[in-house]
Amino acid sequence: MTRTARRFLAILLAVVTVAAGSALAQVELRMTWYDDGSESQVMRDLLDRFEAANPDVTVVMDVVPYSSGILQSLPLQLASGQGPDMARVTDLGGLSEFFIDLRPHVDDEAYWDVNFGPFLDWMRPAGSEAIPGFMTQLTVTGPYVNATLFEQAGIEVPGPDTTWPEWAQITRDVAEATGTPYAMAMDRTGHRLAGPAISMGAELFDEDGYPAIDDEGFRRMAELMVEWHADGTMIPDVWIGSAGSYVAGNEQFVNAQVVFYMSGSWQIGQFAQLIGDAFDWQAVSNPCGPAACTGMPGGAALVGIADTDHPEEVARVLDFLAQEEQLAEFYGRTLFIPGHLGLAESGVEFDAELQATRDALSTFAAEVPNLHPTAYQLQGYPFNRVVFDAIRDRLTQVFVGELSLDQAIERMQSDIDEQIAETQ
Amino acid sequence: MHATDVLSYAYLAVGVIVMFGPVLWLVASSFKTPAGLLEFPPTFLPYSQQTVEVPGYDEPLPLFEVTLEDGTTERLAQIRRVGLQAQMVDPDDPDERITVGLDQREAIRELRLATENYTVPLERFNFLTYLRNSVVVTVVATLITLVVNSMAAFALSKYKFRGRNAVFLLIIGTLMIPISVILVPVYLVITQVGWVNNLWGVIIPGAATPTGVFLLRQYMLTIPDQLLDAGRIDGASEWRLYWQIVLPLSAPAMAVLAIFSVMWRWNDFLWPLIVLTRSELFTLQVGLNAFQGELNVQWHYVLAMTVLTLLPITLVFAFLQRFITTGIASSGVKQ
Amino acid sequence: MNGASRTKLNELPGKIAFGAVAAVMTVLGWAIEPIQRLIGVRRMAWVFLLPNLAIFGVFILFPMAMNFYYAFTGGTQLYPQNRPFVGTQNFEQIYTCTNYLEPSSCREDLFWRAVFNSGTFVAFHVVGLVFFALVTALVLNAKIRFRGFFRSVYFYPVLLSPVVVALVWKWILQRNGLLNGILDAFGREPILFLLNSEWAMFWVIVVTIWANMGFHTLILLAGLQSIPAELYEAAQIDGSGPVLSFRHITLPLLMPNVIVVLVLALIRAVQMFDLVYVLTGGGPGSATLLMVQYIYEVGFASQIQRFGLAASASVTLGVVLLIATLLQLRLSRGSESHLA
Repeated sequence: MTRTARRFLAILLAVVTVAAGSALAQVELRMTWYDDGSESQVMRDLLDRFEAANPDVTVVMDVVPYSSGILQSLPLQLASGQGPDMARVTDLGGLSEFFIDLRPHVDDEAYWDVNFGPFLDWMRPAGSEAIPGFMTQLTVTGPYVNATLFEQAGIEVPGPDTTWPEWAQITRDVAEATGTPYAMAMDRTGHRLAGPAISMGAELFDEDGYPAIDDEGFRRMAELMVEWHADGTMIPDVWIGSAGSYVAGNEQFVNAQVVFYMSGSWQIGQFAQLIGDAFDWQAVSNPCGPAACTGMPGGAALVGIADTDHPEEVARVLDFLAQEEQLAEFYGRTLFIPGHLGLAESGVEFDAELQATRDALSTFAAEVPNLHPTAYQLQGYPFNRVVFDAIRDRLTQVFVGELSLDQAIERMQSDIDEQIAETQ
Repeated sequence: MHATDVLSYAYLAVGVIVMFGPVLWLVASSFKTPAGLLEFPPTFLPYSQQTVEVPGYDEPLPLFEVTLEDGTTERLAQIRRVGLQAQMVDPDDPDERITVGLDQREAIRELRLATENYTVPLERFNFLTYLRNSVVVTVVATLITLVVNSMAAFALSKYKFRGRNAVFLLIIGTLMIPISVILVPVYLVITQVGWVNNLWGVIIPGAATPTGVFLLRQYMLTIPDQLLDAGRIDGASEWRLYWQIVLPLSAPAMAVLAIFSVMWRWNDFLWPLIVLTRSELFTLQVGLNAFQGELNVQWHYVLAMTVLTLLPITLVFAFLQRFITTGIASSGVKQ
Repeated sequence: MNGASRTKLNELPGKIAFGAVAAVMTVLGWAIEPIQRLIGVRRMAWVFLLPNLAIFGVFILFPMAMNFYYAFTGGTQLYPQNRPFVGTQNFEQIYTCTNYLEPSSCREDLFWRAVFNSGTFVAFHVVGLVFFALVTALVLNAKIRFRGFFRSVYFYPVLLSPVVVALVWKWILQRNGLLNGILDAFGREPILFLLNSEWAMFWVIVVTIWANMGFHTLILLAGLQSIPAELYEAAQIDGSGPVLSFRHITLPLLMPNVIVVLVLALIRAVQMFDLVYVLTGGGPGSATLLMVQYIYEVGFASQIQRFGLAASASVTLGVVLLIATLLQLRLSRGSESHLA
């Protein structure tokens, strides 16, 4: 071989070795994600940007369905040590024992504390100072209405101080006038019912902070729900038609089968895409009861998992995503309410073409100050899913006639007691 | 024709409608637009609204038949809807805007297959990957099942040894417990073996089927022992007796087990759902479930992907149906 | 078998497959045959049993034993060693009832609702299944044309996965679905099938029969075809009509197949889960909640996963199924002795 050829070969070998070396050093992180709309694509764009700036790390997204993937499979994976490196979760309190503490790995702890402060408490066990991750969104529950139907019926959309029974009557009138099959729909979950129940006076907790369901306010709301399902005000397909798990009523609302739909702020992106301008839709403020006009706060968080093999890299990814520039883009494109105090104050430029979308976002943002303390208490309670599922399943049995309301409320409490007892 | 023949053919005709009808309805529905799916009463054929290209507008505009105030009807294209009014234009005269009330217009529809129901979700629904995984799992699992079950059936039918009945009863006894009930313990075993997110974790646990052992043993009992004795006298090893004499003679039952195994593995849902959490490993059923969970509002996509999911097994069935049905029939249920 | 007149191309795939199998078997033999020299012919049975027993032991028996152990533990820890032993507490929780016939009076009311639902479901499903499979087998056994095609028609739904079957029927039964469209064509009001407790159970039974019938039809058809035609001819000569020959020839000789169908259908019905879960989710309320779904929800789908309670319910399920199967087999042996 000539000298030049040998030199060329040596250089080639060196380059290949270095390339192979860096390829070998590449870390693959897995992120379990679920979609309310198509946020996975936004996250993918942000991750691509991170990967371009950090060629030694790749992040693979596993998009799974919310019910079977996040609620059912993920806890089992985490408990058996087979979980991903990061996950988008809603059961913040219940799974907090599995979350990573990013504090030793991030440069600017103060940034995290200042901007995510109150929400971090939701994600960590009581008394802990850990930084597990950040909120992908803050959510507020609240209703949407089909304004076109109101217009067709010649009835004005009610204002902020309208009570639940009044809303029911008004939407019934609109439905009748326009030939819409049903007046109201509500997502099949105790979480959606909690806001209205609290408005009606439910306290949901005793003095020790333990769930106590049976009080006048809760009964009042439960009776309203039973009444609405019995007299055809509320569409039965959501609560009765599909047992076993969470079901949303967005299909019924998008198809203009109902006038009023009790859901939450995370639907805005989906409605912008699916409804477009088929009809005019708007978010309205939460209806009132004797005690309040409140919804429920909530949200999902993107957290790191404690037993990951690559805590440093996980910290780098999450730190990158949590910076204002990335979060502003994320919230702006997904149309989620920011879970970042700095951005909430300075405002996010939402990527919303339709005026309806922008209006809906400001309506929900304006609901935040009206959230009742009990709502926050319930959201922060680690076993709130137990409470929500008990309410949901037992109330459905009343709608169907399997239980009386008294029996159902008794059962709700005993279900909650038995399940929480197992954890002691 | 005999009266009973008429009745028989009538029964069979009803059978065809009842057995094939639902799937045909699924296929027909999968070609409808979302608006078409909402229609009630539903039409069998897929209709969708006609659109027309109008100069000056980027997207094609939907066509309506509009009743104007003077009673005449005209075909107009709609630009947008505002409140209870629709802004429309005449496609031939696009400069003039006409405002029409919502109830004065009727959509003009045409027969059209909404093939976009198939093409759009394929960008998100990784059909080929899921198909590949399903095929790999099904083929490998079936091969292993055939070998392992036939070996066990051979032992249980052609040998007398202590504990034979106990082992057989043990195997059959586990038919009593469905896997969905021992999900968590099996999952823990899989984690210890290290097969989470590994196709082997889906292939191996289901390979030792009690039904397969039972079926093959029943069939092998009918193979005369003299054949084996003759082979032994000739000096053949037990292994050779197994695969050169017993296996070929058990071909009908093996074929039936192969068909069952393909069916079970292909349609396996709950177990792969737990074991496989990485989307690139999903089998077709798990992928369909994930897809359906994500897009509960968009039935048109769900229906289309469901049709795709049942296409492979339908094709296999169409080619091999005679083989399958005669195979099961001839495997015999001899007591 | 291959005739000399066949072209070579036709034989090629078969020959390749056969060659591959032979090669694999020979290679495996290199490992297995020496073992025979060591332990002798009789003990070779265990060598043949080994792979199956190994998989079986590790992935089925051991988890079942673990599950049995779980039934006597409490708490929410996943690993058995971390779970506190609670004796029969889980079983007590399930079996505490003031009135066993009234689920609302039981501590685990959903368990007992599931028991009654499963009982109803199994009874109607098995009877309906056997009836339709038998009728279809009789029809298919007659001298009809395109028999192969019709056989395939009935078998097709068996091939579909439970998830697909449930989705197809959910689509047909929904508010604006095909069935309501047909009702509307006859001028009737739409019925919300899956929102009504009785209708939901009805359709669960119908759909599961639809999905499984073809398989049992083929088993019964095989049995029918093995009955010698001479018996029927002799009966005809004797002057017996079709009903009599059915009762005295067909039914007794078909009994072994019917027993097999009954046992398999019963086992499948008691273990029914994924189809119903996707179709109704156990609803409305708990009208179609079956045993396995109860176990799945308690042990898996809730925030607090109560493995102990779920395990004790599954042990109950296994025992019930075992007793039911043994009873069936005992009865069948009784009927067989009548035959002789």
